[in-house]
Amino acid sequence: MSENIISTKNINMIFYSEARKTHILKDISINIPKSKVTMLVGPSGCGKTTLLSILTGMLTPTKGSVIYKGIELLDMNNTEKTLLRQKEIGLVFQQYNLINTLSVAENVAIPLLAAGHNFENSIKQAARVLQILNLGDHIDFLPSKLSGGEQQRVAVARGLVHNPDFIVCDEPTASLDAENGKNIIKLLHNISRSKKKTVLIVTHDNRIFDYADLIIYMNDGRIEKQESKSGNQN
Amino acid sequence: MHLIALKMLVGDRAKYFGLVFGVMFATLLMSQQVSMFIGILERTASQIIDVSEADIWVMSPEMTYIDEIKPMANFELYKIRGTTGVKWAVPLFKGFGSVKTFHGKLQQVILIGVDNTSLIGKPPKMLEGKWEDLKEPNAIILDKAGWEYIWPDKPIELGIEVELNEKIAKIVGICEASPPFMTSPLMYTQFKNTATYIPQGRKYMSFVVAKSEDGFSPEEVARSIHNKTNLQALTTEEFKWRSINHYLTKTGIPINFGITVGLGFLIGATIVAQTFYIFIIENLKPFAALKAIGVTNKQIFMMVMVQTLVVAFIGFGIGIGLATLFFESTAHINAMRGFSLIYEVVFGTGITIMVIMILSSYISIRKVLLVDPATVFRN
Repeated sequence: MSENIISTKNINMIFYSEARKTHILKDISINIPKSKVTMLVGPSGCGKTTLLSILTGMLTPTKGSVIYKGIELLDMNNTEKTLLRQKEIGLVFQQYNLINTLSVAENVAIPLLAAGHNFENSIKQAARVLQILNLGDHIDFLPSKLSGGEQQRVAVARGLVHNPDFIVCDEPTASLDAENGKNIIKLLHNISRSKKKTVLIVTHDNRIFDYADLIIYMNDGRIEKQESKSGNQN
Repeated sequence: MHLIALKMLVGDRAKYFGLVFGVMFATLLMSQQVSMFIGILERTASQIIDVSEADIWVMSPEMTYIDEIKPMANFELYKIRGTTGVKWAVPLFKGFGSVKTFHGKLQQVILIGVDNTSLIGKPPKMLEGKWEDLKEPNAIILDKAGWEYIWPDKPIELGIEVELNEKIAKIVGICEASPPFMTSPLMYTQFKNTATYIPQGRKYMSFVVAKSEDGFSPEEVARSIHNKTNLQALTTEEFKWRSINHYLTKTGIPINFGITVGLGFLIGATIVAQTFYIFIIENLKPFAALKAIGVTNKQIFMMVMVQTLVVAFIGFGIGIGLATLFFESTAHINAMRGFSLIYEVVFGTGITIMVIMILSSYISIRKVLLVDPATVFRN
């Protein structure tokens, strides 16, 4: 049995508004195995993004437990959770969320700068990661000058630059065409394999399911089923 | 992260220039207008300050400021001289006359009659001629700005005769006097000659200026003079502030300047607050992304502070530079004499700009600190 990087037990998330109570997540208990690619899939509104926010410490569930590397996430305050993300988690967003007034290298260097590294070394490290992702010629470009696929690769580089153990991607292929989408997933898959990194991908793009070691299906705030696909694409 | 904050700031050129312009505009308007206001107030007391030898001014009890002349009887001078603690006391005349040049030009002037022997009452600096020449018959000394008013294109020339209230007066010297509130030329003559130029009644002593003896404070000597003569006796500082207060409370000058300075503050604060708020709102998603990828609230607070301080320093620097340029480039104009940018105004404007920036950034910072990093997962 493989070791888990993060586990949840009986996660419930209820949003209260004046008019009603919305039960978004219902008794979610999952285990994300270390050094594997896990995909969290399901239709829009099923609670994937809410679960992702909880797993990355950005949202506190109404009930339940989240254990990251043996530590209860819910016992941490906001600053501790932010620092955990700074050191341990690499995030890749659907909309890239690159800062348009910064160059590609500066965008990628942000996690290092946030961790207190000096500017010059951070830019050098960012350039090295961009080189690996075949963006070495674009380090001084502004993000707006790049194609969607290139911007997503920059976002991946930003998620990897500080060498995190847990890489979390929210719909990384949603804004890309089939070929670029596939390339990004291949890249994440290769990183997981070669660097022994845990990758969690939230997606509803079934074209990329082949790259998963584990697929967790969600529907209406519940885990519908889990499917281990170890051996695929290795 | 400070460099990132700066790059985020200057990367959005339009907003960056808008912010700098707002701060610059507020700085320029506030520092220039406050300096002008202080300059005008100083002018209202300039003739008091120029009589540097005296520390006590004695005048009619009804007088409230230096330009409101109610003459006293000459015998009061002897009562003042006889007061304990008075080292010396001399008469001073102030009145208005009309000068006519031999080319027919008419100009209203302020005539100051200084003590016949000691010449106390004269301004401190002589530019052409000697103060002693004032003892010659019909002699007057004119201030440099006055010369330039009457003869704008003519080089200074001593010995020229003019008609002062239809009496011949000879210019024997040119002095440098502090600019008066009204920009009229200042003419100095001996006290005894003032009656020749300006028709007077039995009373023609506008002021008595006095000096307190060593060991006596001007305040206690002024009180003694008042007790003995029932006249109004003030120290130089008291009289200066009484004159300034008159203009502050009895004229529309402070309201006028107050409105302009207030508008400078309001417009500057509005431009800066609005632009900064828009800048932050438009960057809310990137800030949320920064928080999501591990930038702490403290680091984000410092980033916004760096942006605020950089805008404040650049805008303030340019604004103060432009205000300095204004006063430097207008220093040679007679009407602008005495106006300058004083360091207290620079310091005060700096504090006000920081208040504007803190107020402007407060709402924006709150917005950034409260932004939910999980918003980056929403489209």
